[in-house]
Amino acid sequence: MEKFEKLTGIAAPMPLVNIDTDMIIPKQFLKTIKRSGLGVNLFDEMRYDDAGNEIPDFVLNKPQYRDAEILVAGDNFGCGSSREHAPWALKDFGIRSIISTSFADIFYNNCFKNGILPIVLPQEAVDVLMKDAEKGSNARMTVDLENQTVTSSDGESFSFELDSFKKHCLINGLDDIGLTMEKAASIDSFEAQASQARPWV
Amino acid sequence: MSPKTLYDKIWDAHVAHEADDGTCLLYIDRHLVHEVTSPQAFEGLRMAGRSVRAPDKTIAVPDHNVPTTPGREDPKNMTEDSAIQVAALDKNAKDFGIHYYPVSDVRQGIVHIVGPEQGWTLPGMTVVCGDSHTATHGAFGALAHGIGTSEVEHVLATQTLIQKKSKNMKVEITGKLRPGVTAKDITLSVIGETGTAGGTGYVIEYCGEAIRDLSMEGRMTVCNMAIEGGARAGLIAPDDKTFEYVKGRPHAPKGAQWEAALAWWKTLFSDDDAHWDKVITIKGEDIAPVVTWGTSPEDVLPITAEVPAPDSFEGGKVGAAKRSIEYMGLTPGQKLSDIEIDTVFIGSCTNGRIEDLRAAAEILKGKKIAVKRAMVVPGSGLVRAQAEEEGLADIFKEAGFEWRLAGCSMCLAMNPDQLAPGERCAATSNRNFEGRQGRGGRTHLMSPAMAAAAAITGKLTDVREMM
Repeated sequence: MEKFEKLTGIAAPMPLVNIDTDMIIPKQFLKTIKRSGLGVNLFDEMRYDDAGNEIPDFVLNKPQYRDAEILVAGDNFGCGSSREHAPWALKDFGIRSIISTSFADIFYNNCFKNGILPIVLPQEAVDVLMKDAEKGSNARMTVDLENQTVTSSDGESFSFELDSFKKHCLINGLDDIGLTMEKAASIDSFEAQASQARPWV
Repeated sequence: MSPKTLYDKIWDAHVAHEADDGTCLLYIDRHLVHEVTSPQAFEGLRMAGRSVRAPDKTIAVPDHNVPTTPGREDPKNMTEDSAIQVAALDKNAKDFGIHYYPVSDVRQGIVHIVGPEQGWTLPGMTVVCGDSHTATHGAFGALAHGIGTSEVEHVLATQTLIQKKSKNMKVEITGKLRPGVTAKDITLSVIGETGTAGGTGYVIEYCGEAIRDLSMEGRMTVCNMAIEGGARAGLIAPDDKTFEYVKGRPHAPKGAQWEAALAWWKTLFSDDDAHWDKVITIKGEDIAPVVTWGTSPEDVLPITAEVPAPDSFEGGKVGAAKRSIEYMGLTPGQKLSDIEIDTVFIGSCTNGRIEDLRAAAEILKGKKIAVKRAMVVPGSGLVRAQAEEEGLADIFKEAGFEWRLAGCSMCLAMNPDQLAPGERCAATSNRNFEGRQGRGGRTHLMSPAMAAAAAITGKLTDVREMM
């Protein structure tokens, strides 16, 4: 997995609340058996009209946000389906970090498996960063994972909380399965004990 | 011993390893797999030269993208990309030696209906699937939740998940429900109360007289939508109804093992003085038959209400409501019961079980539909067969419904069952997101009885007027 240490980049404002995974990547693009190539269909139904032309008003179609690497979004980002195609599409487009007041649980976990850092901040902080993102490509935001801070283009800094294990894996680009395999002995002994206690499982 | 919730008890029985920071490896008893979120996970195993650690605990069934029309055993009758995903699942099931129900098998159906039906889902288990509606299995007092594809691969390889414990929320529905009010109305009303993020960080236990009174089918409907309230999982403590439902199922324990299992299952309840981080209490008698008016499951109101004005909300919800009402083609102040519909969809892991079909058929008996299109998609081949045996299929067909084969179908419209732009649907499924049932399609969520009533009148209808 790609490491995430520090990122300075363009942030796109998406103030809508409850941006769901059907919006992020509509179901017609889930029929792939690969992880790659979904960026072109990110936010497909908001981004393109029925004829497949770009809708100029959509934030990621605007010239100043086409290279965005950060999203600042409304509450409850990523709600709905468990589809990991959502973070795959975001990552493929180039988004490395998402800032909101809250994230849906499964989406939040899926981000960390794909080198994306979702950041939860209080409403007041998200409001400030949303305004900053609205300034366009001249305003670059900095996300610093080591120090757990987000800094706006004019230097205002906000600290965020993060689970220490998730941070450790993301900052070092660690593969979960490899880490768990190191604990195979614990799993073996649990399995042996559980098959005695609950043989019907 | 300190008092525990049901969630605490199941969690404690499944921790295979705990690190100093509280990060746990949670052992998984059942892993359900479908064709859409698994191909990349199996591919990952192959690339790393890994095998499936517990193939006997892994069960696969294609459901999300399969057509629900006859002839689907032949891949030529599927779209090319669907056929590729189904073929990949066929191959992966065979190569890795996991249990499998192909489309040609009468037991095939929606993974969350097949699991309980076959007795794979049992009280006190941990159950995961690469699908958010895995919460359904919580109706058995099993800790069940959706995971992403990377986690699917993790479970395939290690039979565990890396987890931190969630907080405990109790949702109590007291007293009795009024006539015409169902499990679907309970679960939608709870989301209306808490919002779609109200459950974030929690596992919900549903309890109270109204929950106890529900059948297993109804309990599955309630737990199914825990995810729509943002919760990791929904749970209902197992009781005699649960044990009765489970007993004799193909993969349920038998003989001495049944007795041993039963003895443990009977300990699976929240202790009286257990700690709850959040408690919500709703009176059963206050719940009405509800429908959704917007594009989030929290946009829920009694059928007797009107489309709300965006300014009646606060914060970011004002803009979201405005966008929803525009997308849905509605006007604030419009009576919900005046909204005309084109299509009716009865099915899904929320409401595709036998009891749901019975409830809809009860309303439809001897009537004709007044909508362009109505379809019933049974949740499994076995539900379908039972409905045919009970004469329900004939009632649906005589009313003008299409009688389909089992699958997820128009709940997420990955197969050919989709809404056209602007088309409006009364649906028994679980999500009314923009474009969910087809680009530009408009979805109103409701119970099977309410969907049947809407099919007859051609508009959203208070089912109580037909009872």
